[in-house]
Amino acid sequence: MTKDVSTRDIVYIALFAALMAAINLVPAIQIGFLPVPITAQTLGVMLAGSLIGAKRGALAILLFVLLVALGLPLLAGGHGGLSVFFGPTAGFIIAWPIGAFVTGWLTELNWRRMNTVWFFVFSAIGGIGIVYLIGIPWLAMVAKLSLWDATKGSMIFVPGDLIKAAVAAVIAETVRRSYPLMQTAR
Amino acid sequence: MTIGLYHPGHSPLHRASAGAKVLALVAISLVLFLVPSTLVVFLSVPVAFAIYLSTGAPFRQLMAQLRGPAILLGLIFVFHLLFGSIDEGILAVARFATLILLASAVTLSTPISEMAELVEWLLRPLRPLGVNPEKVGLAIALAIRFVPLIAEEFRHIREAQAARGLAANPLALIVPLVIRTLKSADELADAIEARGYER
Amino acid sequence: MIVLEAVSHDFDGRPVLVEIDLALPERRIGIVGANGSGKSTFARLLNGLVLPKTGRVLVDGTDTRKDVKAIRRKVGFVFQNPDHQIVMPIVGEDLAFGLKARKIPKGEIDSRIDAALARYNLGHLRERPVHLLSGGEKQLVALSAVLVTDPEIVVFDEPTTLLDLRNRNRVAEAIEALPHPTLVVSHDLDLIAGFERVLMIEDGRVAADGLPDEVLPFYRERMQ
Repeated sequence: MTKDVSTRDIVYIALFAALMAAINLVPAIQIGFLPVPITAQTLGVMLAGSLIGAKRGALAILLFVLLVALGLPLLAGGHGGLSVFFGPTAGFIIAWPIGAFVTGWLTELNWRRMNTVWFFVFSAIGGIGIVYLIGIPWLAMVAKLSLWDATKGSMIFVPGDLIKAAVAAVIAETVRRSYPLMQTAR
Repeated sequence: MTIGLYHPGHSPLHRASAGAKVLALVAISLVLFLVPSTLVVFLSVPVAFAIYLSTGAPFRQLMAQLRGPAILLGLIFVFHLLFGSIDEGILAVARFATLILLASAVTLSTPISEMAELVEWLLRPLRPLGVNPEKVGLAIALAIRFVPLIAEEFRHIREAQAARGLAANPLALIVPLVIRTLKSADELADAIEARGYER
Repeated sequence: MIVLEAVSHDFDGRPVLVEIDLALPERRIGIVGANGSGKSTFARLLNGLVLPKTGRVLVDGTDTRKDVKAIRRKVGFVFQNPDHQIVMPIVGEDLAFGLKARKIPKGEIDSRIDAALARYNLGHLRERPVHLLSGGEKQLVALSAVLVTDPEIVVFDEPTTLLDLRNRNRVAEAIEALPHPTLVVSHDLDLIAGFERVLMIEDGRVAADGLPDEVLPFYRERMQ
């Protein structure tokens, strides 16, 4: 963490990392036609960027990923530990902090005009676009799949992730109206 | 500390230092990716499985932890069958299986506090770049302190919302949780300053 | 001794404390007031967590604005919610936290933690995760973590509000037994009934100031 991170920033980062862990306790939603349940996972990535900004949001998610690496079972289904980083989906997880940064950066740039729609767009860009952009080539490489096959395989998660981006947007907008954070933070 | 995937024990892996284990893990993963020999890969899976068992954690817990990765690897194998070659599929899956088993063994045999110390130690060379390992250590400790607390808060909110028939509504669950967490953060930052923590 | 000289404070233009002049030489002082009366801000002035917009706060002659570090060393602060005060996941680690911030040698840290926990018979909790403690134990750990740093004055902000009766009594006894000069902000009037002095704050001003027997009945009446 860099010099310009204050004690207050550290507290926000640590509590948001803990919050992301708690959000994973939200029961998974099963949507009829989808073969995979929707878990909260990337919802935290989108919320961190939307709510506490690029730098602190990215560091919060980085800290969360670090906690998983240290051996805390914080991922959906009680997974965690170093094995996550040697499995096929490691790229997606490593992309999370970067995704949070991008969502936060876009949100900060457009803070004055933020509303549910923009929150949705920026959550989708950071939490889906960036995450897949890094996760899919990584998957293709380590699983010896072609880029196209890896992309096809990942597409089953897109509808769920879009729903999460919508949920993140509504939450971010509600919190923005009830707890004006970004202005006091900067 | 009792939280986490760590399982206390006295196996050789438990006695090895965290740094040595992580270094070995990284080295083995490099070798497996650089030497795509089917033979190496086939020897490595049983050996890795034996090492995984040697941690002495209860057999049921060990198997339960493998279920998630096994499903994922199964999917990847199916993809290889459908769109690629069986050889490639076997190679890729065996490699993952080895690494996942070994990495899980490291996690099972290393307390979180020891891993956190390793992280602080690894970050030390980054000090000239402005990274402060003590601050990272504080952030790790704070987050570990607050995971159970926020989870508890979450259970309270879920109960409260269930009483209103909103137990499965992510909005009704997460918004109060976020706001309470942010308020706690403000007070906690005050407390840390009151206790004389200097930047 | 704590002295306030013409202290005023506001949040974004909304006045919270108005022109307060006080000298506080008594050993135990209680502070009462309705929610939002400014008493929490008052407490936070005393260790430099809040710096007054105008006027001065002096602790043993030192202006809180001049040397916040020294003031925080002198004035210990116990918060309402121990969960917001306890930083580290393990009891012993948390007591060590404030000492490490004060650059105290490792050997001394150990013996001081043992002594501080022994004061309230909490020695057996030293290796325990904080989240498994009861509310009263947490508040006593938070108090121990303040006392272990050897403050000269201790300020409490509603220390018993979140506790059940049994734990409230434990914490009240602990406060009672403190040899330090003590300031306690509280809604728990029994807690401060035996103190030497009680201040009642209303709309950012000291509306009553005197012995508990004089101020508390007046306060009870005002709250009707």
